[in-house]
Order: sequence, then structure tokens, then C-alpha cells
Amino acid sequence: MNPVGYAAIVLQVGTVVAGAPLLTGLMRQTRARLEGRAGAGVLQPWRDVRKLLRKEPITPVGTGPAFRWAPLVLVATSLVLAVLVPLISTESPVRGRADLIVVVALLALGTVALALAGLDTGTAFGGMGASREMTIAALVEPTILMAVFALSIPAGSTNLPVIVAGAADEPARLTSPAGLLAIAALSVAVLAETGRLPVDNPSTHLELTMVHEAMVLEYAGPDLALVEFGAQLRLTVLLGLLASLFAPWGIATSASSLAAVLLALLLVVLKVAVLGTVLAAAEVFWAKLRLFRVPELLAGSFLLALLAVTASYFLGGEGGQ
Amino acid sequence: MSLIPAALATATALGVAGAPAGLVLPQRVRGWVVGVLTAGVGVAGGTAGVAALGGSGWSAEVPGLLPLAGTYLAVDALSGLFMAVAGAVVAAVAVYGIGYVTGHGSHGSHGLGSRGAQAVLPLFALSLLLVPAAASVSTFLLLWELMALTSLLLVLAEHRARPAVRQAGVWYAVMTHLGLVLLLAGLMVYAAQAGGETFAALRAGTTGISPTMRGLVFVLTAVAFTSKAGLVPLHAWLPRAHPEAPSVVSALMSAAMVNLGIYGLVRVGSDLLGGGPAWWWLLVMAMGGLSAVYGILQAAMASDLKRLLAYSTSENMGLVVLGVGAAGLFAHVGNEALAGLALAAALLHVVNHAAFKALLFGAAGSVLRATGERNLDLLGGLRARMPFTAGLFAVGALGAVALPPGNGFISEWLLLQSMIHGLEVPGVTTAIVLPLAVAVIALSAGLAAAVFVKALGVGFFAQPRGEQAAAAKESPLLMLVGMGLLAALCAALALVPGLLGEGLDRTVAAAGHTGTRPVAGGGLRVRLEEVSATLSPLWVLAALVVALGAVMGTVGWATRRRQRRTQARLWDCGGGAPTPRMAYTATSFAEPLQRVFDDMLAPEQDVDVTPVRESAYLVERVEFRNRVPDRIEHRLYQPVLDLLAAAGQSARRLAGGSVHTYLGYGFVGLITLLVVLVVGW
Repeated sequence: MNPVGYAAIVLQVGTVVAGAPLLTGLMRQTRARLEGRAGAGVLQPWRDVRKLLRKEPITPVGTGPAFRWAPLVLVATSLVLAVLVPLISTESPVRGRADLIVVVALLALGTVALALAGLDTGTAFGGMGASREMTIAALVEPTILMAVFALSIPAGSTNLPVIVAGAADEPARLTSPAGLLAIAALSVAVLAETGRLPVDNPSTHLELTMVHEAMVLEYAGPDLALVEFGAQLRLTVLLGLLASLFAPWGIATSASSLAAVLLALLLVVLKVAVLGTVLAAAEVFWAKLRLFRVPELLAGSFLLALLAVTASYFLGGEGGQ
Repeated sequence: MSLIPAALATATALGVAGAPAGLVLPQRVRGWVVGVLTAGVGVAGGTAGVAALGGSGWSAEVPGLLPLAGTYLAVDALSGLFMAVAGAVVAAVAVYGIGYVTGHGSHGSHGLGSRGAQAVLPLFALSLLLVPAAASVSTFLLLWELMALTSLLLVLAEHRARPAVRQAGVWYAVMTHLGLVLLLAGLMVYAAQAGGETFAALRAGTTGISPTMRGLVFVLTAVAFTSKAGLVPLHAWLPRAHPEAPSVVSALMSAAMVNLGIYGLVRVGSDLLGGGPAWWWLLVMAMGGLSAVYGILQAAMASDLKRLLAYSTSENMGLVVLGVGAAGLFAHVGNEALAGLALAAALLHVVNHAAFKALLFGAAGSVLRATGERNLDLLGGLRARMPFTAGLFAVGALGAVALPPGNGFISEWLLLQSMIHGLEVPGVTTAIVLPLAVAVIALSAGLAAAVFVKALGVGFFAQPRGEQAAAAKESPLLMLVGMGLLAALCAALALVPGLLGEGLDRTVAAAGHTGTRPVAGGGLRVRLEEVSATLSPLWVLAALVVALGAVMGTVGWATRRRQRRTQARLWDCGGGAPTPRMAYTATSFAEPLQRVFDDMLAPEQDVDVTPVRESAYLVERVEFRNRVPDRIEHRLYQPVLDLLAAAGQSARRLAGGSVHTYLGYGFVGLITLLVVLVVGW
């Protein structure tokens, strides 16, 4: 077996786990500075986790196993994603298993678990959040899969490391119309999937606008820590996935040198930090869309993905073959 | 080699013995005897199917059994797959049925326990197993009609209890016989053109038939078969008959009978006719895609649990037919490898759908039996009262949402792989059709997640919203055992789908795509030979379990000083404890989706506000009605029904009651006939 590959996996998971709250902290800090506030500092999410873990675990009356297990399932799916997505090396021991459709399905599994937990509370908030979240998820899934389709055409496979390695070898794929359209579509889908503006507001506590927050309203203490940590992991992994797919430069494509892996790690941290900062800065200027305008946004991104597929077929002659 | 005839003979003997047993035995033992015999039919038929999947074939000819035509039977891998599926479903559902009929604490009257229904049930089970074994047009049609009639009688089992059953029965009877007429016409034309009515003669004679006639045969039979599979636009019987039938029958119909529509489509389209031009398959794909999206949208709007499941059947069969159509398309352009893959994906989805849908209908039947309620808006809170049923429903729902580690994910993944790699096939048709097909699959998968979150979350979780749900009790043991068998089947299909690989290869070869080995890999993973793709479902599950363990361990370590969980009140905004009336219902859960797909669904909403007499500003009563009618049914069937009714009404004028007039009709008729004869000669 290949020790560098295993080292890459361990480094990747460790960095994602340690860095996910920091990314959220960075984004909040960016936002605070742009709004003229001092901000709580980049480390604040980690402090929150520590604080929440010290509180006593609480089960609301009338909730069942779905409520109890959902945070664990959410974090577990996100951790599996953190293993599967090739952030720093395409020659990892799990490369044969990192199918892009599996990745999309695991994301959806986390969403479904949390939606069931929302319904399990039996409150209006929980049901409202679950209903809205599933509506959005139902519309996001086609977009993501179409973008996957568009990306897999030049690579001839839905295997993530193959796609990423192919794009790293042949950067022309990314600047082709198909590649650009797929980037746009997937970016919108990622915003929706991670519950960012303009689809959902992660810092809202107003009934009429909540989606994700309404669903997890009943969580407290360690459970809440898990829910928040899971959401942070998802955001980090998805931004990392975007970075790997559309800016694969620096990813280690051979399994030989530890130095390449370390360089890739540094680069991916940088790329995700830049993406996060840009997203946070953009969020300052965006307003949240009305819930019933969100489908229009998603339909638009679906159209972009469909165009990407069609373009990669009809214009595929130069770039792909 | 002798296993298949022996097993089929056993199944036939048990099934035929079950009918008089159901008629004459006293109520006390009837359920047991008929249940055991039916389970035997399933086991024997399933054994024959598995043997055929294992590579053995069998054919026989019994000239004397049917006058004029004789009986022809043949079992190959394609028949074997459908027999194995039907056998497994029949066996598990029969065990469930024993508990359903004989167990304690039933709700309302059960038509299924009556003499008539118990006599018909084994025959229905037998017909499900024998239809794929038929090898001539007359044998096939006879068994097909036996299946239609027995299922019709079973749908009507509870007609005394609810008037809606009778209406559903009429719809089912009319539509299934319209299908039969089409099938009869199509196969008769085919047999006449091919010069023989055995399947072997049809297969041999197909090359000599003109393309127009072949097209006609295909369209007629495809419409008939897709109607049996519950595809749009001839689906209207399905969402009526499935909810109104007893749940045992719904499970058999939805998990075994609709499959035979797919069997017929593959048998006639791919095997006997040997494939055809692109427009055949585009037509089939269009029907499949439309059914998938329309079915799941209607399921998303449904508040009736069994209606929701019925529409989900329509969706899944749509996906299967999409795969069958893609296979035909790939074969037409000469890419047998992709054709084999697409067909294998479609057939695997048939198997997976049968397993989870039988389980889901079983669980829905348990709920119905315990509460007498199908309306999700009035259910809820069942996970505390019926924990096993809720757990089993969750297993089935996991299969249905096509997410790992469920079994539906495997086949949808295969289907997506075949579509995605299909773009390598040159041609503008594929470049336009396949992205749309992927979009359809993805949209229906996304909506299916919403549908089953609704069914499980609103139906089983939270607090009961009705008295019936609050008083629910867990089902009898045998019902749980039957569902447990199906759940085990789902788990096996989800975790080691590779075990089916060899059988699927043989099935695909029997369907006419020879020389391909679409699905390889020994048990633990699915590896596609022709395209580079691998899936290891067991690895995904193991990774999830390890991650789950790691998270639990870390949290347990971090909170080691405060291990005891305490209960607390729900957040009530300071307004007093929330009541179940405040919880989201199935209707409210579906409301955002209804708005998003407003144009497609065209929901009807009425708000009646009755003001207090003294003032127009004070409201005494508000009445709100929301209905999502089946739009295709509304637009397509209503005009036809209206026309027929109008024709009937105007025909009444001809029958005035006067004998003189009737004699006059006879006289005029005779003269006309004579004139025609004279002129015609």
C-alpha cells in the first residue's frame, strides 16, 4: 500500500475537521469587518463548540430516535465526504470509491436526516423548516447531477479523482463554455445546499425567513454543537470540492512525494479561504430571496447545467478529444 | 434441469388446491391454510425463477390442455428474473397476509378474510408466477386475463365497507380490459404476420414482417403493457385501485403485477421483435420520463398514504421504462454494451422496487389495520405506538428515496451511469434525449426524497393528530415477520447487489443483447466492465458506521461528565405547550412544492368566508378546500367519458319502447344487409 496516500487522507480529514469552524469564523469576521463591526474573531466557532459541549444534553419532550440520531448522521455523512472528495491528492486509497453521484447522494442523506428530525419535534417550526428544506433540496439535486454530467463528459467517468486529475492535466477543459457554465450552475447549487444567502440566511432567527434554522430550532447543548459542526463541515467540503473541480492546480496527482501533498494542502487551504472570503463579502451585498423566488434561481442554474451538458456535447470536439 | 418443471408443477398444484381450501374451510383455519399454500406457491415459483437465473432453461408443450391452440410454456433467464421477484414477493406477502387475516385487533371489516377473496388469492399468486412462463400468444393472453380477473376480484374484496371500492373496481376493470383489447389486437396481428403463435415462431417470423406492421404491433402492445405498469397516460386505474384494495393485494399488485407490464414490453419489444427503429424507443422513453416526473409530483401532493405509494409505483415504473427505452435506443445504434447496461439497470430497478414497495405497502397496511386511517394528516405519533412497523417503513423508505445505503440507490446509480455514458454514442438524438433523461431521473430522485420524508416524518413521527392514531397498537407477529423478510431482502439488495450480477447478465442476454456482461464484480462491489465505474455499497455503509462511531465516541468523551440526558419542554414561544394541531401536516408539508409546480399541477383552491351577521368584518367561519386533481386524467379521460355518456343518452331515443319500432329496425337492418350483399357481389 501507499503510505503517502494514507497520509494525504489523514491530513485532509484532519485539516477539514480543524478548519471547518475556522472557515465559518473567517467568513463571519469578514462580514463583520465589512459591516463596520469588530467581529468576534476567527476562533469564535470553536469557542462555541466548546461551550455547547459543556452544556447538558437535552431531549425535548415527545421527540424520538430520529431527533437524537440526525446530528450524528449529519456529521458522519460530512466526514465520509471529507474522506472521499479529493482535496489534496487524486491518488488516495479511496480513489476508486469517490464517485461523484455517491458524493451528491451522501449530501442528500444528511439533509434528509435533519429534515426528519425537524418533523420529529412535532412543532410548526420543525415542520416548516423540513418542508422548505426538502423543497429546496428536491430542486437542487437535478442541478447538481446535471453539473456532474457536464463535468464527467470530458473525463469519461463520474469518478471524482479522474475528473480532477483530467482537469489538472488539461486546463482548457475548465475554460471551455461547458466548464464555465457548469461552474456557474454548481456554485448556485452549493449556495443552496449549504444554506447560504441568497437562498437561506444562516444567521437569521426570524420565523418567516428561516429554513435551516427553523428545522434545528429544538437542538441545544452537544446536539446543537454537532448540528452546527456538521453544517460547517459541509460548507468546507463543498467549497473544497468547487476548488478541486474548477481550480485543480496544485493537487498532487502522483502518490510519490509527501512534499507535493503538503504543498497541495497549503494551496487548498488558501483556495478555500479565498472562496469563503469572497462568499462572505458577496453576502454583505446580497439580500435573501423570498422563499418562492428561490425555485426561479434554482431553475436558472438548472438551465445553465443543461446548457453545459449540451455545450460539452456540441463543442466537445476541441477540448475533450 | 428437472428443477424448473417440478417447481412449477408444485406451484400450480398448491395454487389450485388453495382455491377450494379458501372456499370450504371454516374461518378459523382458512387464513392459515390459504396463507401457507400461497406462500408455498411463492417459494416454488421463486425457486423455478432462481434456477432459470442460474442458467438452466426449460420449455414444454401440452397440446391437449387448451382446445385449438394448445399450451406452450418456456422459462429462460428473462422469465426467471420476473418469476423470482414475484415468487419472493408472494412468499413474504403471504406470510404477512396470514397475520393480516387471522391476527388480533383488526380495524373495521376485512373483506380479505372472506371465502371468495381467500379462494382467489392463491390463484392470483399463481397467475403472477405463470405469466412469465407462457410461450405462446394464446397461453400468454389466457394467463394475463386470469391475472387481471383475479386481481379485480381481490380489489373488490372490501366493496361492502366502502363505496369508493366499487368505483375503483369499475375503473380497474375497464382499463385493464382496454389494455387486453389492445394486447389482443397487437399480438393477433403479430401472429398472423409471423405465421405462428408460439413465441419461437414469432421470433423466427419477425424478420419477414414489414416495418409498418412491426411498428403497429409494437405500439399496440407497448401501450397495453405500459398501462399495466401504471404509466402515464393510461395510469388512471392505479391510484384508484391500489389504495382501495386490501393492503396484501396492493402489495402484490404494486410489487409483482405491474412488473409484468415491464416483462411484456421487454419480451415483445426486445426479444420477439428483436428491437426496432429509434422512434419506438423514443416513444417509450417519453412515456417513462413523463410518468416518472408526473407520478412523483402527484405522490408529493398526496395525503393518502396508499395513494402516495401508488403514485410512487407509477414513478418507479417510469424510471424502469426510461431504462428499457434507452437500452432499445442504444441497441438500435449498435452499442450493445451500453444497451446491456441500461437494460440491466432497469431490471435491477424492477427487483429493488419490488422489494421496497412490497415492504412499504405492508407497513401502510399495518397502519391502516391498526388505525383505520390512510390520511397522513390524521396520523402521526406511530413510532412510539408501532415501533417495528415504523422501523420497517423507514427501511422501505430508505430504498425508495434512492440514497445510500438504500437499495434503490444502486439501480438508479446504474441507470444514471448508462445515461451519462450514453453520450459517447454519436448522434443528435442521444445528445438531446439523454441529458433530459438524466434531468428526469435527478428530479424524480429529489422529489422522492421529499415524498418519503413526508410519509415517514408526518405519518410516523411527532404526536398523533387523530384519535385513531393515538389508539394504535403494534401489528401481529406474522405481519412483522412478513415485512421483516422483505426488509432483509432490501438490505441484501442494498449491500451485496453484485450477487445478482451473473443472473442479470443472463437476463440481459435472454432479452436479445448477447455478448455483453454489463454488471461484473463478485458480491461486494458493482463494477461496470464497459464503462469505468465502480460502486461499493458495503464500503459506503462501513464508512458511515465508522464515522458515526467516531463522532459518538468523540462527543461521549467530550461530554463525559454530563452523560445523563434530561427532558425539557418544546420551545413554545411563551404561549403554552404546542398541541398536535399546530404541527405540520402532509398537506402543509407539500404546500411549497405545490406552489413551485403550480402550473403543472393546477391545484383547485376554494376559500369560503362566512361573516357574522351583524358585521362584514367579523368572521364566523372560514372554510378552506384544497384539491390537486389528476390533471392528465381530468383532461384526457373526462372528454371521452362525456362523449360516451352523451352517445348513450342520445341512443336512448332510439329505444322508445314500441314493439313496432323494434320490428321496423329489424326489417330495415335486413333490407340494408341484403342491399349491401347485392351491390357488393
